[in-house]
Amino acid sequence: MNDSLAHRVYAQKLSLFKSKTEWFAFLAFLLLLFLLPRFCSDRVLTILTMIGISITSAHGLNLLTGYCGQVSLGHVGFMAVGGYVCGVLTAKLGLSFWIALPLGGIGAGLVGLIFGLPSLRIKGFYLIMSTIAAYFIIMWFILQLYHITGGPDGLAVPRPKIGKYVLSSKLSYFYLVAIIALISTIAAHNIARSKIGRAFMAIRDFDIAAEAMGINLWFYKLQAFFIGCVYAGIAGALLVHYYAFASVDQFPFMDSVWYLAMLIVGGMGNTWGAVIGAVVLKLLDELVIIVGPILSSLFPAVAAQFAASLSLIVRGLIIVIFLIFEPRGLWHGWEKLWTYIKRWPLLMG
Amino acid sequence: MNFFLQLVVTGIALGMIYALIAIGFVMITKSSNVFNIAQGHFVMLGGYLGYTFLVITGFPLWLSIFCMVGVAALMGLIIERLLLRPLIGQPVISIIMMTIALATIIEGMATLIWGGQYKTYHDLLPTFSLKIGFISIPSEPTIGFFISAICVGILMIFYRYTKLGLGMRATAEDLNVAQSFGIRATTVYKLAWVVAFIVGVIGGLLLGAISGVMVPLAEIGLKAFTVALFGGVESLGGAVIAGIILGVLENLASGYLDPLLPRGGFAGVFPFVVMIIVLIIRPYGFFGLKKIERV
Repeated sequence: MNDSLAHRVYAQKLSLFKSKTEWFAFLAFLLLLFLLPRFCSDRVLTILTMIGISITSAHGLNLLTGYCGQVSLGHVGFMAVGGYVCGVLTAKLGLSFWIALPLGGIGAGLVGLIFGLPSLRIKGFYLIMSTIAAYFIIMWFILQLYHITGGPDGLAVPRPKIGKYVLSSKLSYFYLVAIIALISTIAAHNIARSKIGRAFMAIRDFDIAAEAMGINLWFYKLQAFFIGCVYAGIAGALLVHYYAFASVDQFPFMDSVWYLAMLIVGGMGNTWGAVIGAVVLKLLDELVIIVGPILSSLFPAVAAQFAASLSLIVRGLIIVIFLIFEPRGLWHGWEKLWTYIKRWPLLMG
Repeated sequence: MNFFLQLVVTGIALGMIYALIAIGFVMITKSSNVFNIAQGHFVMLGGYLGYTFLVITGFPLWLSIFCMVGVAALMGLIIERLLLRPLIGQPVISIIMMTIALATIIEGMATLIWGGQYKTYHDLLPTFSLKIGFISIPSEPTIGFFISAICVGILMIFYRYTKLGLGMRATAEDLNVAQSFGIRATTVYKLAWVVAFIVGVIGGLLLGAISGVMVPLAEIGLKAFTVALFGGVESLGGAVIAGIILGVLENLASGYLDPLLPRGGFAGVFPFVVMIIVLIIRPYGFFGLKKIERV
């Protein structure tokens, strides 16, 4: 992590903010987060909101896959559970958003527990297949329960409100997402450096050794699934309430792959890796949307299918490039660079 | 009773398609321990290649098959060398993400080149009508059945009796030990991908003639993995038997359960329900090697 020479006291190494500089950087970032969106256009605000939701969801997958090593390709399915639980509670039962949001998270977590059960017997590829199956089963159930969820027609949900003030503008919703993303980042960071996080890492690195050390695999694997899916559920609820509409089309299967790609690009098993991955890949999406029409005007013969295929090819290539050249992600690359800069004249290599 | 038997017959036809995809999947797993998510996409690509050679360029059948096998072998070599070779020794998630990325790229390319449209060439296969009692047996699945049976037969003999086949199995079991016995791992990996690609492309050619090909066809690959898991990821014969069992079960489930459910669509989710149950009860499949460690 940081240069170990800089930590003179052990308490300093353990603390969340390691120096006054980091405190000031954090406060400056908060100020920026508060002020900057006021001067942004609606388009930029939408992108920022989506980034915030992705960060929340990516933290869940990072705890489950990056820290605990239980690879899940059904993450979007659990987001859908959270979104629909929260949406149904607010739209059909008239519950307040602030109560429904945690309930949505817990609902997704409980469903995650059920589909986490196979992880006690299988791992690796087999677990991935069972999470893929989980996604399709969840989506099928959502369509089957059409008198509650609206099935293929979708479900209109109200925007959240504080007292009488409805968070209907993009700016107000951005602040909500930003606060939740911030809380989830700090919570994920703290989970990762607590006893639970260390148990997760032990299971990821060698599960048999972890059990021999007295780590209860049953308890911690299910806990990883629960925590990861709670994050996913809250992100799903935020997504549904942003559109004020819940539909199965908001949760396509390929997005699960995309969330795993965020971890690979950012750096798996690291809180900042998840954040960076979510930001970079969401911005890349926007880049494709901007560049796509320009490229297709250059090749008019294939213009029609170009837009659809470009994002697929770019996504695939990004994953390929990172897996081959920087499998530990951007955060690791940045750390290497930073260490090099800090020690430049002295400790080379 | 008639309804039942008709469901069974069409189920076998569906199962043969699953089996064809699962065989290619088992091929790669058996020789390099890589789980290839993109196998369904190879099949889709095969269908489009068949359309290109048979319909667009108008080659005769033997030349088309020759060209397709050539293209498939070349692509298998390129993919293995560029994408999978750098990942030897990496954790399972990296390899699976790589095959998913490969699947995404193939999907994008197919959309770009063939426009993602539905293509078919029905007149390729000879048609004959078989009738047993009141049940008509469609001709295409029968041909498909025999072709995949021949594929499986050749591959089973190859794995059991040839030196290279045994070397491939040894490499999947333990790379280091296999290398110390003088088996060239790179040759094994190359061959596995080339053969899997060829099997996939031939399956795609058949599918294109039977029911046509389009980009979402690749998603059938996800269902075919249930077949591979059900039969055991190392068992070629298991893939065929499991394919037929699952195809029939899926058809029966949709035929009898869909009228009872409010929205139907049970056939789409049925393989995944089976997958979860199989993974919990018998993670190593019904015909595979029992070597999954429990923790």
